Amino acid sequence: MNIYVCVKQVPDTETKIKILPDKSGIDLSGVKWILSPYDEFAIEEALRLKEKNAGSTVTVVSVGPERAKEAIRTALAMGADNGILVDAPEGADGALAAKAAAGAIKKEPQVDIIFTGKEAIDDGAAQFSQFLAKNLNYPCVTVVLGIEYGPGKVQCRREVEGGAVEMVEATLPAVLAAQKGLNEPRYASLPNIMKAKKKEIKTYSQADVGVSASDQKVRLKNFELPPPKQAGKKIAGDIATQAKELARLLREEAKVI
Amino acid sequence: MAKVLILAEQRDGKLKKTSFELIQFCAKSGHETHVALLGDGVAGLANELGAQGAKVVHLAEAPELAMYTAEAYCKVLVELAKSLSPGFFFAAHTPTGREAMALVAQELEAGYASDCTSLQFQGDNLTARRPLYAGKAIAEVEFLGTGTRVLTVRANALGASAATAQTPQVQKLSVNLAGLKTKGLSVVKGATARPDVTEAAIVISGGRSLKSADGFKILEELADTVGAAVGASRAAVDAGFRPHRDQVGQTGKVVSPSLYIACGISGAIQHLAGMRTSKCIVAINTDPEAPIFQVADYGVVADLFQLVPALTQEFKKLKEH
Ligand SMILES: Cc1cc2nc3c(=O)[nH]c(=O)nc-3n(C[C@H](O)[C@H](O)[C@H](O)COP(=O)(O)OP(=O)(O)OC[C@H]3O[C@@H](n4cnc5c(N)ncnc54)[C@H](O)[C@@H]3O)c2cc1C
Repeated sequence: MNIYVCVKQVPDTETKIKILPDKSGIDLSGVKWILSPYDEFAIEEALRLKEKNAGSTVTVVSVGPERAKEAIRTALAMGADNGILVDAPEGADGALAAKAAAGAIKKEPQVDIIFTGKEAIDDGAAQFSQFLAKNLNYPCVTVVLGIEYGPGKVQCRREVEGGAVEMVEATLPAVLAAQKGLNEPRYASLPNIMKAKKKEIKTYSQADVGVSASDQKVRLKNFELPPPKQAGKKIAGDIATQAKELARLLREEAKVI
Repeated sequence: MAKVLILAEQRDGKLKKTSFELIQFCAKSGHETHVALLGDGVAGLANELGAQGAKVVHLAEAPELAMYTAEAYCKVLVELAKSLSPGFFFAAHTPTGREAMALVAQELEAGYASDCTSLQFQGDNLTARRPLYAGKAIAEVEFLGTGTRVLTVRANALGASAATAQTPQVQKLSVNLAGLKTKGLSVVKGATARPDVTEAAIVISGGRSLKSADGFKILEELADTVGAAVGASRAAVDAGFRPHRDQVGQTGKVVSPSLYIACGISGAIQHLAGMRTSKCIVAINTDPEAPIFQVADYGVVADLFQLVPALTQEFKKLKEH
């Protein structure tokens, strides 16, 4: 099988965010970059599918600046075979990124299935998988907790609200967006990490994959930090007093119960 | 003023509160409010949408729409949006809304802003803002093209209130759903009758300090006095006390209720990412230095095993009055 995984490089979850003086974005200097956590479930699923189907290859695709190669190498170190980077500037939107990834995948000989994370934790937009699927005219299932593979189709367990699960069948090729719980991602082994360092990562320009700046549909501006929280009230006294006073404040002052 | 279109979400014939919020907000801002209602045997819900302020309800009924699938919804919604050409097309940022609306936006070649936490209309100009980096920054979304703009909005973000009720005009859509590549097979219901953490107006969360799955019983009792959802920190989920679907935070759910009560949760940055936009935050913790107190509107330094049952009694008393 020809299996693809699209991944994104994002700031580490501990990153302290600073806004640029012109408010056009955040200050990226000193940011530690990681592979977006949900992408790890997508990579793991691809690797398990490969292991069940001899002769398969797993190709990792990322759209972003040069630094995004590190995210691809993390996936290669987990066991993926090939990497492709489509060069795109900081601030490219999901529409451009998905068209670029689709353009790169269309250059490949055959596609059986594509995995992504259910969202990237930088913008949390949860849009890329659907955009990608539309670009390729494939069906798409997101927030996937479990997959059963059948001939020419998959059955997915999809997490929805209230702990309910939807069972959805989709024909292949399809784009499936992984939720935590789909599997337990493996750690990269040392030999694989060494091998990944030496692997060639194919690089395309935007023009190579038929994308230009005009494919961008939205731009983010006027970045701000969230308004600082006012110092809260501490409620003192013994347990009975604290409970009573808290209930009173929630009813009379905050008016939330 | 521009027409606006809103996807009304229903599950098992019950409309979602998050859809009502959007209808009220748009109706109050003076826009001609159109609502799309999809399902099978759901015509009876149109009046409920009118009661929230919907002027026109576009009704699509078909067996293929009995259970939601992104593909079938997208087909119907794209056709409707093309014929109606609304200025804006909104849905709630729910598992349904966010999956379907990205497909709709891509097919319409429209600009898309998901998970917005603030919308402001000035006439036909809309300023939409959304969080980034798990709520550590907020930015405005500038739409570069013309045509319909597609947006999903976080539950409880608009703080909408009742709009003038309407008797809606119902327009039946003819739907052609041939050649679908996805099929909804079944929905397996959750075991709990409590609301979902992302939708509830009140969320009560517990951390590692609850010590066991059983330990959460005292939180459930508190939650049930006020119809709240029960959430958890990652440490509690990793320890197996709660399922992952209840996890609040950067790698869990992002919630924005009117009241969030954190019980025995330290307030790690990844947890704050999931709940810092809550309107009122209460922290209950034995450690007065716990970082959670920095975001709390009300802080109680106390042992939760004593305070929570006492609070349950107080909430019960309030309900009696
Ligand atoms: C990539 C990444 C993603 C993450 N994503 C998430 C996420 O989505 N959500 C999340 O929550 N975390 C997340 N984390 C983990 C996060 O960093 C913290 O480890 C976690 O939130 C801690 O959970 P806790 O507050 O329950 O436990 P602890 O940090 O151990 O805190 C327990 C607290 O309980 C208090 N306490 C103990 N006993 C009592 C008592 N009897 N009464 C009252 N208070 C008591 C203690 O004073 C302490 O403050 C993530 C971490 C990483 C690295």
